[in-house]
Amino acid sequence: MQNLDRVDEIVKSYQDVKTPLIYILKDVQKEFGYLSEEVLTRVALATKIPLSEIYGVATFYSLFTIKPKGRHIVRCCNNAPCFVNGSKEVLDKIKEYLGIEMNETTPDGMFTLEFTSCLGLCAVAPVMMVDDEVYGNLTPEKAVAILKDYKMKGLSNA
Amino acid sequence: MHRIHILIAMDSHTLAQGARAVRDTLIKELEMASLQNEVKVIETGSVGIYNKGVVLVVFPDGVYYTGVKVEDVAEIISEHLIKGRVVERLRYTDVPSEPAPKAVGEAPRFGKQVRVVLKNAGRIDPDSIEEYIANDGYEALGKALTQMKPEDVIAEMKKSGLQGRGGAFFPTGLKWSFAAAEKAQPKYIVCNADEGEPGTFKDRLILEGDPHAVIEGMALAGYAVGASMGYVYIRGEYKMSISRIRRAIEQARQHGLLGNNIFGSGFSFDIEVREGAGAYICGEETALIESIEGKRGEPRDKPPFPPSVGLWGKPTIVNNVETLANVPQIILKGADWFRTLGTEKSPGTKVFTMVGNINNPGLIEVPMGITLREIIYDIGHGIPGGKGFKLAQMGGTTGGILTAEHLDLPMTVENLREIGAGLGSGALLVVDDSQDVVELVKNFVEFFNHESCGKCTLCREGNGRLLQLLERISSGHGSIEDIDLMESLATTMMRGAFCGLGQAAPIPILGCLKYFRQDFVAACSAGAKAAA
Ligand SMILES: Cc1cc2nc3c(=O)[nH]c(=O)nc-3n(C[C@H](O)[C@H](O)[C@H](O)COP(=O)(O)O)c2cc1C
Ligand code: FES
Repeated sequence: MQNLDRVDEIVKSYQDVKTPLIYILKDVQKEFGYLSEEVLTRVALATKIPLSEIYGVATFYSLFTIKPKGRHIVRCCNNAPCFVNGSKEVLDKIKEYLGIEMNETTPDGMFTLEFTSCLGLCAVAPVMMVDDEVYGNLTPEKAVAILKDYKMKGLSNA
Repeated sequence: MHRIHILIAMDSHTLAQGARAVRDTLIKELEMASLQNEVKVIETGSVGIYNKGVVLVVFPDGVYYTGVKVEDVAEIISEHLIKGRVVERLRYTDVPSEPAPKAVGEAPRFGKQVRVVLKNAGRIDPDSIEEYIANDGYEALGKALTQMKPEDVIAEMKKSGLQGRGGAFFPTGLKWSFAAAEKAQPKYIVCNADEGEPGTFKDRLILEGDPHAVIEGMALAGYAVGASMGYVYIRGEYKMSISRIRRAIEQARQHGLLGNNIFGSGFSFDIEVREGAGAYICGEETALIESIEGKRGEPRDKPPFPPSVGLWGKPTIVNNVETLANVPQIILKGADWFRTLGTEKSPGTKVFTMVGNINNPGLIEVPMGITLREIIYDIGHGIPGGKGFKLAQMGGTTGGILTAEHLDLPMTVENLREIGAGLGSGALLVVDDSQDVVELVKNFVEFFNHESCGKCTLCREGNGRLLQLLERISSGHGSIEDIDLMESLATTMMRGAFCGLGQAAPIPILGCLKYFRQDFVAACSAGAKAAA
């Protein structure tokens, strides 16, 4: 059972900030993993902002998610500078290695695969971001090697 | 007293290539060699060398090392620092066939550059306000607050002719004068550090390399228009920029350069950082304002424009990072000095990011009026793999298309406007002749389709429709009618979309259709042939 009181604490910690909804949602997502209906309802209660408006915000920004995700979020860039440097081949290899399509999560819950917009690292394109860590100069082989590392770490921690 | 300084570039690009581990090893091994009191390791922003691994600069010699790995650190210490012998195999060479320059300033790619905005980036420790101050930092603010009236600051900005560097190139001084004329209080200064335009990372590197320049620019803007509060709206993904600007703000407060009664002048100004949550449209100034207000980042109707009715309904100046970083220099050295750079109608320098199929990708700052050929071939060292030049896109994914016939066109705001392109965000995407234009345009449209905020039908539905047409064409099932339909839909969107996103999305599509129509026709007939 999730402790929804944390939502109230987070909301309270921003009482001095003007229009802090996005910050609140960020912290709440960090706490609960994703923005479930239950959690968002509580945010609405605590902030007195209508749930519909909060839901609108939660679905607008790509860093928010209203569905549970894997332990690691793999964000691949496929914008033009990455694209002309071969991001499509990298992406195809990643999909093949993980056995999933974009916006899916591996059955073991280890990885969720998503697109990201340009990360401003185009001088080392193609680029991907795993959680908060960025990797550049990718080749299909290098991308798989990086994901293997995460998998190994995940297994040894389990 | 430190005899030697080693600068290690700790920017987003070098971090992605292992800079953190090299730094840690360097510090550890210097201690083991008991050199920590003689050699100072300084973390700095980008020195302008990319895609060449971790970069170190050893001063006073000015030797640049690239591709430095953890294993190389011991050798650099024992050879260079102790014996004074440069480790040749790691020394930076600008052009592979030429001997290594002794100092990087002598390298050809730096020869055409003029660093105004980037004058400190890669040279000072961005986490140290003292180093910024030692390089004339906050002198412009001091000068303005003690010797100039707000209207003098605006007059100087107008005289300088600085045009906003966020893409639209609106005259900065003029914009400020609108907000200054407003009676309502409070007023706000917003630094637009959203930078979602693909291929653009100049603002990120300015913030990582010299955050105080942006803070000083914001404070000057605040003084000029009568605002006492500023916000830096920054992409949530830009972790390093966020931490550097936060720390810089804190230091500026401690030194009395932000806060109440700055320099005893009666002027008060403070800054807060706001992180974005992932939406390209939030770079558009009114969408950005909505986002700071905690809402969906959908653009507002204009007019009223933000200088009259902006954040929380109050007069607000939204300026780009690069624009603001220019301001202290203009106030300190004067508009006449600024006008010696660039051209009559496009004064100053421009920071460009070179990306795509180019040998030397990265960040450069050059005077306005440089040609595409100089950028691509002299500074960027041409196209890899002996391939030819097909096209360049200037200004990010919303930017116009340039081809071989534009290689010698001086890059100025007015010249590019004339050919239906623009300097935009300063991102230069170079595309070689092995790339498929139809696939490239499909990639552009995928981007817009994903990033359309959905507020207006033309952009929301139009991009989806364009993508369907392109998928059909690229799969070989398209027809000439599909190409024509694409063109007329794109033209309609350009005229009728609600905001800059939907209006700009068709620009690269129409550009590619104009110069490479035969490629689209060929894709259609490829399918027809296969079917026959
Ligand atoms: C879709 C869209 C995205 C934009 N993204 C940015 C951006 O990331 N950074 C930026 O400074 N300006 C961006 N702009 C331009 C801003 O709306 C605005 O013109 C600019 O911040 C003004 O600053 P300046 O006068 O200093 O150029 C964007 C505009 C549009 C239409
Ligand atoms: S295009 Fe992929 S990081 Fe910029």
